[in-house]
Amino acid sequence: MHSTENVRWFADITLSDRLAVGGKGGSLGESTRAGVAVPAGFVVTTRGFERALAELEKESPIRPRVNELNLHDLKGIRRLSEEVRARIKGAPLPADVCADITAAHAELCDAQPNHPLAVRSSATAEDSDQASFAGLQDTYLWVTGAEAVLKHVRSCWASLYSVPSISYRRKDQVCENGIAIAVVVQKMVDARSAGVMFTRSPLTGDRSVITIESAWGLGSAVVSGEVTPDHFVIGKITGQISVRDISDKRRRDVPAESGGIKQIETPEVLRRAPSISDGEIEALAEIGRKMERHYGKPQDIEWAIDHAGEIFLLQSRPETVWSGKDHAPIAKPAENALQHVMNIFGGRR
Amino acid sequence: MSAIVNTRCFPLPSSLKVIPGTETAQAAYPYYMQFSKEDDERFWFYNSMHFPEPMSAFDVTTAEAAYCALGAANTRVHSLPTTLGIDYRIINGRIYIGGNAVSDPAEIVRRTKEFQQRAFYYYEHWEELFAQWKNKMLALIRQAEVLPKLAIPEFEPLEHVRAGRGIASNHYLLDIYQKTLEGYFRMWHHHFEFLLLGYGAYLTFFDFCKKAFPEISDQTVARMVAGMEAEIFRPDDELRRLAKRAIELGVDNLFREGAIPTDVIRSMERSEPGRKWLEELAASRDPWFNINVGDGFYHYHRSWNDDLSMPFASLPGYIANVKAGEPIERPIDKLMAERQRLINDYRELLNGEEERAAYDQMIQLTHRVFPYVEGHKFYCEHWYTNLFFNKIREFGALLAEHGFFSNAEDIFQLTHYEVEAAIIDLMTSWSNGSMPRGPARWTPIVNERKAAIAEWSRHETPPALGPVPEIIDDPAIVMLWGITRENLDSWLAAGEKPDSHEIKGFAASSGVVEGIARVVMSVDEIDRLRHGDILVCHVTNPSWAPVFQKIAAAVSDIGGSMSHAAIVAREFGLPAVVGTGTATQRIKDGQRIRVDGGRGVVMILG
Repeated sequence: MHSTENVRWFADITLSDRLAVGGKGGSLGESTRAGVAVPAGFVVTTRGFERALAELEKESPIRPRVNELNLHDLKGIRRLSEEVRARIKGAPLPADVCADITAAHAELCDAQPNHPLAVRSSATAEDSDQASFAGLQDTYLWVTGAEAVLKHVRSCWASLYSVPSISYRRKDQVCENGIAIAVVVQKMVDARSAGVMFTRSPLTGDRSVITIESAWGLGSAVVSGEVTPDHFVIGKITGQISVRDISDKRRRDVPAESGGIKQIETPEVLRRAPSISDGEIEALAEIGRKMERHYGKPQDIEWAIDHAGEIFLLQSRPETVWSGKDHAPIAKPAENALQHVMNIFGGRR
Repeated sequence: MSAIVNTRCFPLPSSLKVIPGTETAQAAYPYYMQFSKEDDERFWFYNSMHFPEPMSAFDVTTAEAAYCALGAANTRVHSLPTTLGIDYRIINGRIYIGGNAVSDPAEIVRRTKEFQQRAFYYYEHWEELFAQWKNKMLALIRQAEVLPKLAIPEFEPLEHVRAGRGIASNHYLLDIYQKTLEGYFRMWHHHFEFLLLGYGAYLTFFDFCKKAFPEISDQTVARMVAGMEAEIFRPDDELRRLAKRAIELGVDNLFREGAIPTDVIRSMERSEPGRKWLEELAASRDPWFNINVGDGFYHYHRSWNDDLSMPFASLPGYIANVKAGEPIERPIDKLMAERQRLINDYRELLNGEEERAAYDQMIQLTHRVFPYVEGHKFYCEHWYTNLFFNKIREFGALLAEHGFFSNAEDIFQLTHYEVEAAIIDLMTSWSNGSMPRGPARWTPIVNERKAAIAEWSRHETPPALGPVPEIIDDPAIVMLWGITRENLDSWLAAGEKPDSHEIKGFAASSGVVEGIARVVMSVDEIDRLRHGDILVCHVTNPSWAPVFQKIAAAVSDIGGSMSHAAIVAREFGLPAVVGTGTATQRIKDGQRIRVDGGRGVVMILG
């Protein structure tokens, strides 16, 4: 398992490699190195994208034309978007990039060449916060076989020029020259249960609790909000599970035989049963604490547990809602520590 | 707004009637405790935390003495800025209390200035003043202990005559009685000398934690603050020690469930190891068995020293634990390390160095003041209160001997004024050789009052009276009774939907347990508890600690997460929900219930 210029395995990636592997790739690498189980995978680096783009730019320029687009010229954006995407999807991959991906795929799927994979965009910008690009580019789930991976890598690249992506960058006047995209190729987890976890309370911002939402099957049902998940709150420091709201989980997402996802009915006995055990809640909280310590700030995590009971971290990114709120210290040290008691005795309430 | 506020109203005091047939008993309480029409304007709540059962005429002395001292400390000594003292009323034997808030801003400013030069002095000199307090308190206890035995012999002892004492024995009855009563009133001043300041410092830290960590449980804050060596833990520690010694001496087989203490002691006296164990028992008893099987506010809350059945009943359990290889001593080092871990870990999560520095200041102050908050109860509510009631009991015996009562305990049906009158009656009769007037007078009154108390205890009483205040701004009420706006709302809500199966309270000790509810309305019923029962009571009391090894969970009507009960429950690792307001009224004895101590919820399962 060795990394090349074009393909980097998670174990060889740190967060400081973000320019080459994008935010998502960087964080998966970082999590792997933090000792948390992440589904195995590699990143097709931005170098591959730059190579392919350079080839296309030779025929006719792309970045300068995007730079010149007016945010309000929707028609122009749409026309250029269609043209560029078609060109990227239609062009063959540079030969060395193609060879590296094919080899890495073979290694990743070793015994099971048709092991389902996720192919995810991981965009990067030289002078901008990676978070601002999150979610704008495409992700493909349940992709099988090397051919399909190659095709979806090109699709991810192309999605950097989707109408919303271009519009977003034009709105912020981001210079196109610093914009690139890496692609994460990663094993899918056939999840027994999956969900999200915040290492603080989304409700109050409390950093001393971890909130977990969980449902049967794949996490897509939780993320999309189609299923009301079970809701758990566990003390980060006390380890006490203080909230256990078990919901009626009528449906669940599972992998379809033909690839992709299908939604099925949950068997009656499972509908109102907790989708994760107390032990799993504790193990998840442990992962949450580890990630928070590793990054030095509260995290927003996607996770899955496979049918063998193994827990995987799918994604960990900084929590943004509460972290974005700058709040003054709740109390400052007083010259005379006794002044603090006036909060109680002084008639504040 | 006011229209909405008005709809949030508990029954007015004037609508609460004296139960028919008990009017005379009600009238026996002093006039200043009776509800008047003006009281309808104010908010009152039933102090079931301290006075969960109807109070007899004598026992209300505790309320008088306590509120005199509490009010003096708040109003006059430390000058709390936003509150004066606590007012109290009694109806159907139930004590209702209400705070006297200060709302005028100029007055608050004036009182704040006073507060800062008074209370701050106490905080600054806490350790030295607390050391002085312990000495004062022990001296007061000593004074009560050395009060002479009561005696009115037929003839004044010759040595008194020869010494030219001049003052006859009957006078000493009054002297001793007044000293006894005076000592009790004085003790309550000691009790409140530090208490509000201590709770205030704790609540300052508590409040900060709740803001920094909105979802932190009360019990977690409590665990960061609790000390481990407070005197209140000692009686139970002594029992554990005695259990261990019994095994070491090979006399443990004498302890069986249901064994009568006097039988056990008699068997002990027959062997050398048994006598050795009795020596150990004697060492533990003075002073650590001066603990009541209650809060010490009722004359019938007898101490372990007065009634060994409580400590003896728990010895078989402790002995079994030791034999099963369970560690018998409380793991103090481990508990302290855990406390420090919590403090450090929460500190780490704070937002920046300024917050951490403020946190350090608050927790340091809290740790300085907390030994008082935890330690005072043993000296005041237990040790001293025992001495007090036992001395009054001596007067009861003397008066019974002279035909005033059929039983010494009857004295507790008289107010302290009436007791003094009866004593003077006896003094007079001894002096002039006439028959005392009391025997004809008191027996029917005592019987009537006893019947009234029995009647009152069969009736529920509302948890609160009068209009609900928009804000509860009285630090004393928030601190000592855990009464908050949310509390009151949930009490009101319970009144609206009486058939709901869910009862909410404070999460005092986490864990989920299902079991049979044992509704224990008074300490006399403690022995009804069986292994695995869930204790449901007005107030969970730390001196019931030995009971906690039997039960599976505890639920109480009133109490905050810092009540010693909550601490004991946590130590025993039992789920506990406190401050439910109505658990004893809504849960029927023998019902199956589920206690979720982490969420503060009790479910009635049927």
